[in-house]
Amino acid sequence: MMHWIILPVVLPALLAPIIGFVMRHDIVLARVASVAGAVLLLGVALGLTVLAADGTTHVYRLGNWPAPFGIVLVLDRLSALMVLLTAVLALIVLIHAIATGWDARGRHFHALYHFQLMGICGAFLTGDIFNLFVFFEVLLIASYGLMIHAGGKERIRAGLQYVVMNLAGSTLFLFALGTLYASVGTLNIADMAAKIPEIPVEDAGLVRVAAILLMIVFAVKAALFPVQFWLPATYANAPAPVAALFAIMTKVGAYAIIRVHTIVFGPGVASTEDLAGTWLFPAAIVTIAIGAIGVLGARRLMPLIAFSVLGSMGTLLVAVSAFSATGISAGLYYLVHSTFAAACLFLVADLVVTRRSADSLEPAPATGQNGLFAALFFAAAIAMAGMPPLSGFLGKLLVLDAMRAPGTIGWTWTAILAGSLVTILGFARAGSTLFWKSTAFPVPEPGSPAPRPASAAELAPSMSAIAMLALLAAFAGPVSAYMQDTTDQLFERDGYIFAVIGPDERVEDALEAAKEIVEEEEG
Amino acid sequence: MELIVASTVGVLTAAGVYLMLRLRTFAVILGLAMLSYAVNVFLFASGRLAIDQSPILSRYGDATYTDPLPQALVLTAIVISFGMTAVLVMIGLGAYLEAGSDRIDIDPASEDADAKDARS
Repeated sequence: MMHWIILPVVLPALLAPIIGFVMRHDIVLARVASVAGAVLLLGVALGLTVLAADGTTHVYRLGNWPAPFGIVLVLDRLSALMVLLTAVLALIVLIHAIATGWDARGRHFHALYHFQLMGICGAFLTGDIFNLFVFFEVLLIASYGLMIHAGGKERIRAGLQYVVMNLAGSTLFLFALGTLYASVGTLNIADMAAKIPEIPVEDAGLVRVAAILLMIVFAVKAALFPVQFWLPATYANAPAPVAALFAIMTKVGAYAIIRVHTIVFGPGVASTEDLAGTWLFPAAIVTIAIGAIGVLGARRLMPLIAFSVLGSMGTLLVAVSAFSATGISAGLYYLVHSTFAAACLFLVADLVVTRRSADSLEPAPATGQNGLFAALFFAAAIAMAGMPPLSGFLGKLLVLDAMRAPGTIGWTWTAILAGSLVTILGFARAGSTLFWKSTAFPVPEPGSPAPRPASAAELAPSMSAIAMLALLAAFAGPVSAYMQDTTDQLFERDGYIFAVIGPDERVEDALEAAKEIVEEEEG
Repeated sequence: MELIVASTVGVLTAAGVYLMLRLRTFAVILGLAMLSYAVNVFLFASGRLAIDQSPILSRYGDATYTDPLPQALVLTAIVISFGMTAVLVMIGLGAYLEAGSDRIDIDPASEDADAKDARS
C-alpha cells in the first residue's frame, strides 16, 4: 500500500500545530516553515499526479481496515489534479501574503493556512462521504479564522454571516448523510455507487431526497443560485490573500458535485440520474446572470471581483450540469483556469487597493507604479472575462462547444456570451476609472508621503498566476487531453468501485472464520 | 417511540429554523444549537430505533443488535458542532464588541436604526 496518498493531509496536519504552538512568537521562523511546508506539499502533489497519470485508481485504507468498513482515501486523476491545483495556488498565495505583510497583521495566519490546506486536500482525496463532511468542517473552521484575520468591523460582521451560513449548510449535510445511511446502509462512496442502482426506482424516494439535499449542500459551497448570497460579502471583506485562497474553496463544492453526482447518483443510475442535471442547469444559468449584473453594479473593486468569481462558478457548473464526458472535461479545464484567474485578480487588487485611500471605484491620484498595476489588472481581467489570448477564452470556448445539445444551447450560449460581454464592460469601466482617470490628477508634491512601491516579491505571485494562465493557454492541447482522460476515468464507475471494494481476501477469510465459529457453536 | 422521536426532530428543526431567522446573534446561536440537536437525534435514528440491544454482534448472522455506526457518526457530529458553536460564540462576541450591534445582516439602514437605539 502506498503511503504517499495520505501525505497531503498528514503534512499540513503536523506542520500547522507546530507553527501554531512552537513558532507563534517568531514570525520569521513561522514564515520559513510555512513556505517549506507549501513547497513540500507541491512536491507531493506533483508526485501523486505522476502516480495517478497512468489511470490506475490508488486506494489507501486507513488503519488497513478493508472498505467499506474502514475509511479509504482514493487517488485517481481527478483527485490528483485538484490536489496539485491546491498546492500550486497555496504556494503563490502564501508568498503574496508574506511579501505584503498580511500574515503579520493578525495571529496564527500560517497555522490556520495549513489547517485550511489539510481540509481542502482531505476533501479532494477522501472516498467516504462522512469523511468528506469531516474534512469540510476542517477546512471551514480554518477558513473562519482566516476570514476574520486582521480584524475590523466590516470584516468580522461579514465573517459572522459566513460562519452562520456554513453552519446551517453543515447541518443540512448531516441530514443528507442520515437520510442516505438510513436508505442505503453505507457511507462509502464506492459502496453506495454499487448499492444504489440495486434499489428499485419506486422505492428510491429517500435516496432521491438525499441526492438533492447533498446537491444543496455542495451548491452552498460552490455559491450557486439561490444559495450564492454569502459569497460577495465574504470575498469582498476577507483579507485579499485569503480571498485568493478561497478561490479553491468554491471549487471544493464543484468537485463534490462532480464526484458524488457522477459516481453515486450519476448517469446509469435509473433512480437518480435525472435529478442533478435538471436542477443544476437553471441554477447555474441564473448564477452567471447574477455574477455579470453584480460586476456591472459593484462600486468597490473587491466586490466586483467577487461577483466575477460568482459568474465563473456559474459557467463552470453549466458545463458540469450536462454530466457528459465533454461537458465535465470542459468544466475541469475551466475550473483550473478560473481558480488562477480569480486568485490573480484578488492579488492584483490587493496591490492596488492598499496603495489607494479607499477601495471604492472612484478616480483618485495615481499610485506609484500605475502602468504596471494597470497591465497586471488588464491581463487578469481579460482572463476572467474570457478574452483571448489567455486561457479564459479557450475555457469558455470548450464549455460552449460542450453545450451544443438542443434544449441547452440557447440558454447556455446566451447566458455565457451575454454574461461575458457584461463582465468585460464592468472590468473595462473599473480599470479605466482606476488607472486612466487617476492620471488626470496632479502629481502629489514631493514632500507628501507616497505609497511604497511594490517590490519584486510582492509582484511575483500575481505574475506567476498570470504565467499559469498563459501556460494553461499555451498547453491547452495536452491539458484538455488530460482532462478528457480524467473524465473518462470518472465515468468508469465500475473501475472505481472495483478498486475500492474489490474482492478483498481478508474479508473473505474473516467471513469464513466467522462461519466456522457459528457452526462450532451450533454443532 | 417512532412518533416521539420523529416529532422531536421535527419540533427541534422548526424551532431552530425559526430562531435562525431572527437575525440576532444570540437567537441564531441558539437556533443552530437546536438544529444540531435535531440532526444528532436524526442521525441516531438513521440506524433504526432499537431498545435494550448491544451494538455488538454476539454471533455471526444473529440479527438482534443495534447498528453501532450511527452512534459513531453522532459522536463525531456532536464534537464538531460543539466546537463550531464555541467558534461562533467567539466571533459573535467579537462582532458585537466591534460593531456595537448584534445583528447578523449587514444592512446600512437598520444599522443606523440600531445606532439610534443605542444612543437613545
